[in-house]
Amino acid sequence: MDGASNKNQSFRQPSLPPESSHPARRALEAAFPVTGPIIAGFLFIGMSYGFYMQRQGFSFWYPCLMALMIYGGSLEFVTVSMLLSPFAPLQCFLMALMIQARHLFYGIAMLDRYKGMGWKKFYLIFGLCDETFALIYSTKVPEGVDKGWFVFWITLLDHFYWIAGATLGGLLGSLVAFDTKGIDFVMTAMFVVIFVEQLLKEKCHDTARIGILMACLCLNLFGPNSFMVPTMAGVLIIVTLFRKRIARRGGWES
Amino acid sequence: MTFTQQLLTIGVCVAATMLTRFLPFLVFSSRKPTPPYMQYLGKALPSAIFAMLVVYCLRNVSFLTGNHGLPELLGIAITVALHLWKRNMMISILGGTLVYMICVR
Repeated sequence: MDGASNKNQSFRQPSLPPESSHPARRALEAAFPVTGPIIAGFLFIGMSYGFYMQRQGFSFWYPCLMALMIYGGSLEFVTVSMLLSPFAPLQCFLMALMIQARHLFYGIAMLDRYKGMGWKKFYLIFGLCDETFALIYSTKVPEGVDKGWFVFWITLLDHFYWIAGATLGGLLGSLVAFDTKGIDFVMTAMFVVIFVEQLLKEKCHDTARIGILMACLCLNLFGPNSFMVPTMAGVLIIVTLFRKRIARRGGWES
Repeated sequence: MTFTQQLLTIGVCVAATMLTRFLPFLVFSSRKPTPPYMQYLGKALPSAIFAMLVVYCLRNVSFLTGNHGLPELLGIAITVALHLWKRNMMISILGGTLVYMICVR
């Protein structure tokens, strides 16, 4: 029995192509297919954003550099209107904080996962946008693949698609005129799929229900442009108040 | 707005974004174990976050007027059905998006 499995292993070992045995390359091969759903969405939304900036009279350098540095779709659109209004840095800062506040939740959820990532950690946090968070949180690292490189490639590829889309949109927005109406639904569908996956995975749907109800309630109370911060505050309060019960039902008692 | 003012405006947006992304990691050091309350939040919040993101994507859909958000609802229904059937992320997303794109034409 032992001899046979040893033999198997010695047969299996050389069958791996030597060039793909580097952990970084192996992780890239595993990460690329995972980012598939993002390619279409980011290229398209990125291009619409670049096109929009071009129409507002900005050179393609603006969408390119803002995609690189801010890397947050909804804020980048809002920044365009900030750039067209009188200079008000404090107001812009507070507005940006409110739009981006949800990232605090992503960081909290990734605290333990991003431990021990070494030099990659800075970039992983820098690039932790909605879609990247959702992908990394919901994807299991394949066996034999380096975890650090795997999440690094997902982050970098997503970032690259976004920059490429925004730059292309700024460069040739007006030239591309094919009918893509409705393609931005890719992002909605992706979040729906990840939500369904999460529901199938978890023991109890308490926090999913809290999230839906609170978001719908706040959307009605505060409107589409300012419901995220109240939703997050509400979720945080309820999840904290009912911690014992939710932790017991979810199987998260420490 | 002058060029410098533009750079400053973009700069504060970058700063605000990075503050929200880095703050949890700065407050809770990687050398010490994460406090139990934060570990609990880390596990309890994602379902609520994904629910919130789905609502966020639909925030501008009006369910009372126009087509009552039927293309969105149908697109989501197809996405969920495909996903429960095949459990393949690409198939679910492409199928749902295709149906939505046909519906809004």
